[in-house]
Amino acid sequence: MFNRRDFLKAAGASAGVVTLGGCAGGSSKATGHVVVVGGGYGGATAAKYLRMWSNGSVEVTLVERNSEFISCPISNLVVAGEKTLADITVSYEGLKKWGVRVIHDDVVGIDAEKRKIKLAKHGELGYDRAVLSPGVDFMWDAVPALKGADAQSKILHAWKAGPQTVALRKQLEDMKDGGVYALTIPKAPYRCPPGPYERASMVAHYFKTKKPKSKVLVLDANEDIVSKKGLFMKAWGDNYKGILEYRPNSELRDVDVASRTAILEFDKVKADVLNVVPPQRAGTLVAQSGAKLANNRWAEIDWTSMESVNAKGIHILGDSTLSAPLMPKSGFMANQHGKVAAAAILNLLAGEAPSSEVMMSNTCYSFVDAKNVIHVASVHKYDAEKKTMLTVPGSGGVSAARNEIEAGFAMGWAKNIWADMLT
Amino acid sequence: MRKLNFALSMAALALLAGPAAAQQDPNLARNLVANCANCHGTNGKAVPGAGMEPIAGEPKEKLVKKIKEYRSGVRPATVMHQISKGYTDEQIDLIAGYLAVQK
Ligand code: HEC
Repeated sequence: MFNRRDFLKAAGASAGVVTLGGCAGGSSKATGHVVVVGGGYGGATAAKYLRMWSNGSVEVTLVERNSEFISCPISNLVVAGEKTLADITVSYEGLKKWGVRVIHDDVVGIDAEKRKIKLAKHGELGYDRAVLSPGVDFMWDAVPALKGADAQSKILHAWKAGPQTVALRKQLEDMKDGGVYALTIPKAPYRCPPGPYERASMVAHYFKTKKPKSKVLVLDANEDIVSKKGLFMKAWGDNYKGILEYRPNSELRDVDVASRTAILEFDKVKADVLNVVPPQRAGTLVAQSGAKLANNRWAEIDWTSMESVNAKGIHILGDSTLSAPLMPKSGFMANQHGKVAAAAILNLLAGEAPSSEVMMSNTCYSFVDAKNVIHVASVHKYDAEKKTMLTVPGSGGVSAARNEIEAGFAMGWAKNIWADMLT
Repeated sequence: MRKLNFALSMAALALLAGPAAAQQDPNLARNLVANCANCHGTNGKAVPGAGMEPIAGEPKEKLVKKIKEYRSGVRPATVMHQISKGYTDEQIDLIAGYLAVQK
């Protein structure tokens, strides 16, 4: 167990190694205890950067339900049989080397007034600042027949990587050639805007190479492809004609689990493998903390600190936040949120105001077949007048065309961001 | 001040510590480099063999030149031309200065 003295000792011992430019500024004056809930792209990054940038002077506890990190980005390659779950799994051991105390447990409650977090098995944790990065929860009320665990084990979402990813792969493998895979997409905003179109592409690639009589049917609640439209349509037209069918304005109302039927407003679609990406909202914990939600769904935060606009001392990251204009709910973005939160928290713990010179970047790579990738990139800057993040005019854009070079960069990105957050 | 290297300018800021020095966020360079770390590794130290260029420890002038060439379009790129356009000359200077002193 770490106590204050161990942390200070560790800080002193590492001062010659990790500091470099990092020792300047107010950060090393920061002391206190930060509890981070959720060890995904946002939370794990915040935990590491709090330790790294404070040179170990701030105590960090990470509470994470799962024993290992499993990445959503790249998981569509597991669905398509191009990668295994092991390829997208990373241990939390690296964070422990940074002096992060990692507790695998569930949070049962948070008291923002008393600054306490209650865990299912490990008692209570006091904090000076809390970081909540729980990702999304599904709004099962929107798909009533899928409320039960049994139904959810048959009609999969695979929108949180892990056992669901493997199970969807198995359903596709078990499907007879000539079958139909139907994927339903909720209205934006949802986690990973290009993700469903990547999944449709990759399943179509699998069918084309292994089950050529089979079909992919995309039932999109949106009126059009939400991300990288031109590049996805080009790939579908060139590669998957007669295999992949796209239907916009097809919002899911419910399903019939036994017959794997998607029930739309005016239509019913029976599939051999039905994959439902349900509508989403901020992880339940965020609402429980008393943080203000927009539309009862997404947390409103101050972009200079990622702190809730009303729940003081609670910083919220990643997919749970009410996104700024043109800001996607992506792992890349959550990683950037984690760093902004870490910088602001170190200032606050040193008695200084957070900086308002906040910049973030984002790039989402998507595979359209086993070898070709497309990207969308953006750079965001804090606008003090509008109090939000705006894209820098002239920056960002998409790939000129799908290409093989970026398949290498996509995997390079994945390995580097996993290391950036976890080692 | 831009001619001084990063460490020196930071030391100068810390010494001055007057109201004028407090204007700029002393951690700005560090925070900007965190925008690049997702792809190029923490503090620009890329995971070896993962397929992304490390950008730490290169001379500052070389880094500034490369980034500005991406921004102007003379240097071929898949994505860096789009990312580099998000940053001002001053920011690129800070980023390159911070990366250059990483060992
Ligand atoms: C989305 C991933 C990504 C991000 C984020 C990113 N880069 Fe790059 N960077 C690349 C890629 C890919 C290349 C290779 C050129 C290309 O195809 O765009 C590259 C090349 C470079 C190079 C040239 C390396 C060499 O010596 O050949 C420099 C310098 C560089 N980036 C600096 C930066 C800086 C500074 C930032 C942050 C402001 C940054 N990059 C953010 C992906 C990224």
